[in-house]
This record gives sequence, C-alpha cells and structure tokens, in this order.
Amino acid sequence: MSRLLIRGGRVIDPAAGTDLEGDVLVEGGRIGAVGAGLEADGADVVDGAGLVVAPGFVDPHVHLCEPGWEHRETIRTGSRAAVAGGYTAVCCMPDTDPVVDDPASVGFIVAEGRRAGGARVFPAAAVSKGRKGEQLTEFGEVVDAGAVAVADAGRPVESSSLMRLALQYARSFDVPVLAHCEDAGLARGGVMHEGVVSTRLGLRGKPAVAEEIGVARDLALAEATGGRLHIQRVSTAAATALIRRARERGVRVTAEVTPHHLLLTHDVLANYGTDYKVDPPLRTSSDVKALREALADGTIDCIATDHAPRHYDEKEQAFDDAPFGVVGLETAFAVLHTRLVRGGELTLPALLERMSTGPTRALGLDGGALAPGRQADLVLVDPGVEWTIESADFVSKGRSTPFEGEGVVGRVVRTLVGGETVWRLDEGPLRRGPGPSDPAGT
Amino acid sequence: MSLTTPPLGKDLTGLEPLSADQIRVILDTAEPFKEITERRVKKVPVLRGKTIVNLFFEASTRTRISFEFAEKRLSADTVNIGATGSSVSKGETLVDTARNLEAMSIDMVVIRHWSAGAAAFLAARIPSNVINAGDGAHEHPTQGLLDILTLRDHFGALEGLRVCIVGDVLHSRVARSNIYGLVKLGAEVGVCGPRTLLPAGIEELGVTVFGHVEDAVDWADAVNVLRLQLERMQDGFVPSLREYNRVFGITRERLERAPRRLLILHPGPMNRGVEIDSDVADGPHSVILQQVTNGVAVRMAVLYLLAGGAPHLAEAARDWTGS
Repeated sequence: MSRLLIRGGRVIDPAAGTDLEGDVLVEGGRIGAVGAGLEADGADVVDGAGLVVAPGFVDPHVHLCEPGWEHRETIRTGSRAAVAGGYTAVCCMPDTDPVVDDPASVGFIVAEGRRAGGARVFPAAAVSKGRKGEQLTEFGEVVDAGAVAVADAGRPVESSSLMRLALQYARSFDVPVLAHCEDAGLARGGVMHEGVVSTRLGLRGKPAVAEEIGVARDLALAEATGGRLHIQRVSTAAATALIRRARERGVRVTAEVTPHHLLLTHDVLANYGTDYKVDPPLRTSSDVKALREALADGTIDCIATDHAPRHYDEKEQAFDDAPFGVVGLETAFAVLHTRLVRGGELTLPALLERMSTGPTRALGLDGGALAPGRQADLVLVDPGVEWTIESADFVSKGRSTPFEGEGVVGRVVRTLVGGETVWRLDEGPLRRGPGPSDPAGT
Repeated sequence: MSLTTPPLGKDLTGLEPLSADQIRVILDTAEPFKEITERRVKKVPVLRGKTIVNLFFEASTRTRISFEFAEKRLSADTVNIGATGSSVSKGETLVDTARNLEAMSIDMVVIRHWSAGAAAFLAARIPSNVINAGDGAHEHPTQGLLDILTLRDHFGALEGLRVCIVGDVLHSRVARSNIYGLVKLGAEVGVCGPRTLLPAGIEELGVTVFGHVEDAVDWADAVNVLRLQLERMQDGFVPSLREYNRVFGITRERLERAPRRLLILHPGPMNRGVEIDSDVADGPHSVILQQVTNGVAVRMAVLYLLAGGAPHLAEAARDWTGS
C-alpha cells in the first residue's frame, strides 16, 4: 500500500495532547510516524505548510436517510458530504424506512457505506423494534452485523422500564445507548422553544423542562445500571448542569451538542424561517452560554451535526408543516472555528478533540488519534482561508442550513480515510450530488 | 390626514410590524367607510376592476362574511375558496396554491390558515397584496383593528386607557393583535386567565398579568373577553367549563362590583354562560354588535389602503353618491 508524507504542518493530536510543527508519515493505511524532519524515502509528499493536520472528524449523529428517503440523502451522498467537511467516520441513525432494527438492514448500511467512497459509515440500530418503544431489538445480532450503538433516534424511549432494560442489556455488547432525552408528553406538538419568541409568533413551544426531565431520568437509569449512556443533542443549560454533576459522580455518560445549538438562539426564528426549525429547538442566549461552557470544560465531549437532509420542498412550507432538521457535515468545522475558536472561547485543539477524539471514545471506534499504528484517518485544514457558505455548493443533497451566506474562516482542504485521500478542495469546484464511481478526488 | 403619511406596504400580516402611525391611518380611514355601510346604496367604486380571493383554509363565518361585504362595498370582484371541496383538500401545498393565484393575476388575497406565519409565507411568495385573516395562534390584525376602533369610538383617546384581555390568551391570535396594537397606541394592556392558558413570557410583550378576574375588572376600563374553545377542556387546560365560568367568567355580579362602568368586547362567536354571561353580552356594557359593524369599515379601510388608496381620498369616496 502507498506511503504518504505530510510535511511541515501544525500537527495536533488531541488524544495525546500534542500540538507541534512536524510531519506525519502514513504507511499501509495507518500512521507510520509523527515527528519533525521525517524522511520521505520514496513516499508521496504533501506540503502541509500553513495547514493543520489532525485526526479526521467523527460525527456521532447523522441521518443518511437510506433506505427509504433517498430523495433527501443517500449513504453515498452523505458519506461524500462527510469527507468534504473533514469527517472520516459518521454514525448514522436508524430512523429510516424500514427502521434499522435487524442484522440485514445493518448489513445493508455497512455494505453501502463501504462502496460509498467517502467517510466510514457506522450504523446505529434502533433500541426498540420499529422504534416503537415496546420491545428491544436484538442487540447481539445487530452488533455482530456492524452496529456500533443503539438509538431510537428522534424520539425518546418513553417507557423508563424499557430504557432501563436497554441500558442493562447493552452492557453485554459494550455499546452505548444514544438517547434522545425528552419527556414526550411535555414536548408533544412543540415546534420551537417555549418562550417569549414562541409566544410572539403564536407557535407551540417545547419547554426546556421537557429536556431536563429526560436527561435527569436517563442519567439516573445509567447510574443505576452502569450502562453507557450517550446524550444526544444537549440544548439546555439545565441539562448541562445535570450531566456535569453525573460525571462528577462517575456515571458513564458522554454527551453531544450541535453547531447550531452552540451558535444560534430562538430569536432567529422571528420570521418563521424553516431553516432554523430543528429538534431540539434553538433555545435562549443563557442556554447557548451554558452549552459553550460545558463544551469547553469537557462536560459535553462531542460535537455532533445531527445532519438531517430534507428535500427542498419539504422546507418550503408553513412553519408548522415543515419537518425538523438541517444539514451540518460540510459547515460544522468552519462555523465553530470562526465563531468559537477565533472568537476566543475554545482552543483549536479543544475543538478538534470534541470533533474527533471525543466522539471516537463515545462510540468505541478506532481513529481519533495520530499515534503510530492507528488508522490513518486524517484531516488537513487551512485555518486562514476565508469563504462563504453557499448551500448550492454542498455535496449533500440537503440544502437547508441555518448558516447560508455566512462568511467563515477555515476550511478542510484534504481528507484521508485509511491513508487514502478521499477529498481535496483544490480538485476544482465542490461536487454536486452523486458523482462517478471514482471514490475520491484523487 | 397628510400626504406624507406612511403607507402600509404591500401586505397586512399583523399589527406587530406596523408603526403607531400606520395603525392610526387605518383607523382614521375607517371613519368615512363607516358611514357608507349606513347608506341606502352601500357601494363605492374605489376597487372596481380589482380581483380579490378569500382563501379560507379554516372555517370562518363572521370574518369571511365581513371581508366579503367590505370587498363588495368597494366594488371589487371576489372569489371564495374554502378548505373543503377545493384543491387545498386534495393535498395541494400552500406554495402551489400561491403560484396558481399568481398565475391568475389576482390583485389581493385574504388568507386564513391554521398555521402561524402562513400569511407572511404567502406574502413573501406572491406579488399580490396579502391580508391576514387569522394565522394559527399568531395574529388576526383586522380583528385587533376593529376592537381598537370600537374602543376609540367610546373613549376618544387610547393613550392611558386600560384594556384587559380575559381568557385563553395562549391560543388566541385576537389577543396578540390587540396587545401589539394597543401597546403601540399607548394603551395599558392587561391579560387575565388561568395560568394554563397564559403563554410563556407574555409579560415581555408589555402587558400586566392578572391571576384573578376580580383584580382585572377592578383595574380595567374595558374588557375584551376571549372565546374559550371547548377543546381546551378536552385537552386539560381547564378542568371544566362550569369552573371556568365560576372563576374567570365575566358575569353581571363581577361588573357591578367594578369601580367604574366597564366596556365589554367579545370577538365572537360567544359561548354564553362560559366566558361571558348572557346578561352581560346583551346588556348595556356590551359593544359586541358595534364591533361587528366596525369590522366591515376597518376591512374596507385596509383593502382601500393596500390597493394604493390615499388616506385623504377616503373622504372623497364617502361623497361618491353611487349609482
């Protein structure tokens, strides 16, 4: 297999806590060596000058919409959108049609993921058969088939009894339960955060307390069972406080937050823009502040995009009728780098840690580190390049982004999966939709 | 009214986006139109040749008929589209409905829709003037205007006037339009109802919250009584209509204990014996039927202004003798 030397970049390995000027040698799909003045010795050389070299990003929460919703996204387009955003692995949710709740459907996603030519695709299987919240999926069989986690995705496991069983049973297979923490009754029918903006707009709100109750319940169950709990899409200040205290008590919990919850408040909904309709909803500025603090102090250890592509005409509806969800894979690094790192609220190594090492640890995957012998899933970022987010250029089929037209600084210029370059920005304009079978811009 | 008065813009989606001056222009323009409705020939030709579609995705009797009278009295050509028996019930999206209207070169659309924001959604997508006749729990601006006009008729000035909105504020577009309009015009606005039916953060809209209807009645100059929809009891917001009437109903006993003679408004349709007692609705405090009369005049004013009519010419329209 080929050898590649990335010469002279700022090499940041969040797993090791190192940040140095140096070279990275990739051999046989794995990290060969990291250090200064490495010899090319026949390897292809990539000039890393001015670039940041880091572990590829890992997204613990994406919706690739296949099978069943291929007009929104496919495993192929989603996996390619991922590498365009610097992601080398994604965990896709089982809320497809049919639901991913048996070995055959897990196997289908694994196989399609391998053929996609983009990021590695790791399926999460449903916690309950059909995501109905009644009967557990066969965790053993779906894990054997390649599932890395279980999740009912987009809805809570309403029964506390079933959630407890899931956390207990998942321990036998050492997979995390990815939880949508919400009191379903309190949240039902809500289309945005319940507060003065929902009152002004006359829209039904989801109260913050619905999330707080869901998080409190699932933390209590995780503590009681010793199961691995991963809390999806934290959006409220109250939830961050609960998670922080649970971590202090030693509860096995990881947690994710999305770029939009970190950067936007419910005030942006003033004109009923459906590109801001997300679940959980955008909250208040004090929630945003708490989320940023929790991300910085490690209470929240993962960035997740909750990439949820929608067909354009689904979003072109009255607010109540439009579905929740926005895309995020191709914009996450840039918006967070611009607003949080350049804004001085988060260091670049910390951002990279929450985008790679944290999710890798939460899901129990390889990658997320630059140590010799680890899988060579890498991202090269130009931290100084200015560009404008234009959804028309997305590789994803989804176009609904809350960051349309935003000027950002920092961009992924090359992505390597298993040592192979699968994305290069300088290979011309961004691809639109599914391309030919050539797996990458090599 | 001067020629430099600000115009309304293309649409009327709510009172929140309007300035106090714009609201006053509408109220002032309604004055000459009131008189037309009292004449033998109730028609002026100011919208002759204009086509207006009344697009009602939600059932409505009062508002739809009021708009239709207003349109006909201004000599517009009107078409009514209801939710049943139209393409809307066949699954057509709001965007497609909008495009079809655009293709037929409609001048104005009056829309009622169950979704908050639907009127603004339509307004952003078609060149026609769009008038919101109620969008979800968001706004019902012409109802707000006619309530405010009725208050102005009785009290002369609105500055400092204390108006309390009593009832299901949570689900009420009428309440929101009244709050926006009255606050802009300098009135003091109170809301009163069970906490289950008062929306989060309502104080931030500049209103005073009353937990007890006795306190509200004690404070107010006028009370706008909201309809309590029977579904609210089924959804558990209030345990029973009987208790609602006992605790929050506007009754003659409560009005008699008030320190001043209160004016009673109700946007209709009423649930007699629930939010309002019959002897109040039919009694001397009530201006409920005057609201209905003012509704036509206000809607004529809105149609006239959005069609490009100058406020000072409405007076001239009144002098048109018709034929």
